[in-house]
Amino acid sequence: MNFDFSDDQKQLRDQARKFLTEKCSPKAVRVVLDGKAPYDSELWKGLADMGFLGVAIPEEFGGAGAGHLELCVIAEEMGRANAPVPFSSTVYLAAEALLIAGSDAQKKKWLPAIASGEAIGTLALFEGKGNPSPKSIKVAASNGVLNGVKKPVADGAIADFAVVAARTGTSGRDSDISLFLVDLRGGGVEVKNLTNLDPTRGQAEITFKDCKAEPLGAPGEGWSILTQVLDRAAVLCAFEQVGGADRALEMGRDYALDRIAFGRQIGSFQAVKHMLADMYVSATLARSNSYYGAWALSTDAAELPEAAAAARISATQAFQHCAKNNIQVHGGMGFTWEFDCHMYYRRANAMALGLGSLTYWEDQLIDRMRKKNAA
Amino acid sequence: MNFDDTPQEAEFRSQARAWIAANAPTQYEEELRKSSLGRTQLKNADILEVAKAWQKKKADAGWACLHWPKEYGGRGSSPIERVIWQQEEGPFGKLSHMFIIGHGMCGPTMMAFAREEHKRKYLPPLASGEKVWCQLFSEPAGGSDVAGLRTRAEKDGDEWVINGQKIWTSGAHYSDYGILLTRTDPTVPKHKGLTMFFLDMKSPGVEVRPIKQASGASDFNEVYFTNVRIPDHQRLGEVNDGWNVSLTTLMNERMSIGAGVATGFPELFDYCSGLMLEDGPAIENAAVRSKLANWAVKASGLKYTSMRAISALSKGERPGPENSIGKLVAGSMIQDVAAYALDLQGAGVISGSEDAEVAGRFQAMLLRAPGTRVEGGTDEIMRNIIAERVLGLPGDIRVDKDVPFNKIPTKGR
Repeated sequence: MNFDFSDDQKQLRDQARKFLTEKCSPKAVRVVLDGKAPYDSELWKGLADMGFLGVAIPEEFGGAGAGHLELCVIAEEMGRANAPVPFSSTVYLAAEALLIAGSDAQKKKWLPAIASGEAIGTLALFEGKGNPSPKSIKVAASNGVLNGVKKPVADGAIADFAVVAARTGTSGRDSDISLFLVDLRGGGVEVKNLTNLDPTRGQAEITFKDCKAEPLGAPGEGWSILTQVLDRAAVLCAFEQVGGADRALEMGRDYALDRIAFGRQIGSFQAVKHMLADMYVSATLARSNSYYGAWALSTDAAELPEAAAAARISATQAFQHCAKNNIQVHGGMGFTWEFDCHMYYRRANAMALGLGSLTYWEDQLIDRMRKKNAA
Repeated sequence: MNFDDTPQEAEFRSQARAWIAANAPTQYEEELRKSSLGRTQLKNADILEVAKAWQKKKADAGWACLHWPKEYGGRGSSPIERVIWQQEEGPFGKLSHMFIIGHGMCGPTMMAFAREEHKRKYLPPLASGEKVWCQLFSEPAGGSDVAGLRTRAEKDGDEWVINGQKIWTSGAHYSDYGILLTRTDPTVPKHKGLTMFFLDMKSPGVEVRPIKQASGASDFNEVYFTNVRIPDHQRLGEVNDGWNVSLTTLMNERMSIGAGVATGFPELFDYCSGLMLEDGPAIENAAVRSKLANWAVKASGLKYTSMRAISALSKGERPGPENSIGKLVAGSMIQDVAAYALDLQGAGVISGSEDAEVAGRFQAMLLRAPGTRVEGGTDEIMRNIIAERVLGLPGDIRVDKDVPFNKIPTKGR
């Protein structure tokens, strides 16, 4: 048994951390946070040049062809750095949907553009409140054109293309749903920016009006493909969340060592020590669950659905827990705009919803565990 | 990243599996499988005898104390082989409960500090389960604050005379030997005046009084020492260096990873999967599902944390203080899980019901679980260990650190 990343993968992680420490300082993140840019395009270009955007994309489609374990270690660093770029929407959602269901021509068109940083992609799934479900999808497709409204769409305002889930049947079954690829720079698309919890990664409303769309995957297969995409993204996002949790813990620890009150480092008070210890515990449990998810993802194991849900829940809890208590360790300072704590708090709480809520994933996990037990 | 055995590991696993299949006391398998925390008993047999017989059988065939050197009754195995053995031994491993302290703590301490002739005399019967050992550390005045202990050892010729009292001593009532931490110099700060010994529990002046626990069972004891004489050659380590010796003992506790820590979750999930509530199957109830999912990810998180530790071990790394999280998380979880299982069953199970088999299981778990959060270091001590040794936060302020032991106040008010 070797339940750990390889030395090469750890080297890649060090390389990514070094790069992001340099190019993605909290100051750089704040440019996007303050609304002065929709995302950090310099950083995006740099990530492409480093080969990080296409790390799990096969070489024949312009990627590095390394694999998903490599993508996991990079995801963790993206989370640590709180990177203000459309990484998860483009790389976990759009690229994975293409890898799972794209035709050769579709892959050739979009995957190299993703790897080189020329194209930003996203997944248009949600239509207002609620969790992923075939019933919630009203956007309709017929004769190759889409009509309806999607929101929120992650990075929708800066994306070049979207994978859109649309209704193509009325049977009431999952097979009513099909996926489509839409060039958002073409006609029939209206995009509106939405205010949101975490401005370092934008959310948009996209209205399709007789918008031309090409099918992605077989008709009626949309929900089954989406489930696979969401499971993969759950693992990859879990690594971002673990990275974010780790960084929030580190910030809290550092502050507890620096700050003196009542004549002592506040980190010498048991109440503070124990809070930090509990943060470490939740981050560690999340990391271990995520490692298992990474193993399942990289080996395409039958355990992936269950592992992905467990990683998702555990990492969501850990990031929220660590981001919240990092502010508590910082006291009043943690609650100010100028300290960085709130950036992680925002990211943690936005990420907790982006692929469906905790309640949704708890439900998924129990269903999947039951299925396994029955088998 | 993979979960596969190397060819050597696979070979070891298949040997272990074959030997266990041919030799284990399979008549108790089902009963052991169903036993959970607080309920490892056999209905129609004395578990002590069954456990000793199984341990002896293992020892005779070379499967006892796998990681110990052969000359002391072990097999000289790698840490990973020990983990594979534990995986294969499965429910029969629950029979080893009474040997954990002897094998995990007393044995390694003897190996590090006893004379060679003592090692050869005492270790093989400890490995084979013929002799059971206990660890006499905690006292009424020194539980988590182990170094606050008051049991005195005074030199008299070639012997030491012991007077005092220990408490929470697991298994003292059936132990043959024990390792004993004593105070040999009360005029120096507390960590500097301790000395370690091993002794025969049948020595004159040793009195063991079982403690009745909240669960009604008696796993622990008070042990009284009245002028007990221990020869100096049974001293472990230097005089007044007992604190360092005890640290070796406690460090070894951490090596006992891999067996999997009890969380109560598999039992609860299994139970909920079949339970009917008034408004339908429990497993389809939203509140139940949410609770289960939250515990599921804790249980799996612990499982994979332990697998990461095993991987590190197999690469030659030593388990560090980060492994404190198993007991910390599982301890309060198992209490909550047991309470929830009873809650689902409603008022009927306070007094037992037609569901008594299941209710009894979770009742036993509920009443035993508080001990898990205390024994081997309280939750609070575990959090201090993580905060100080993993995160590098300052140590607690210790007002008694540089004070001679006999000048430390003994009562709060």
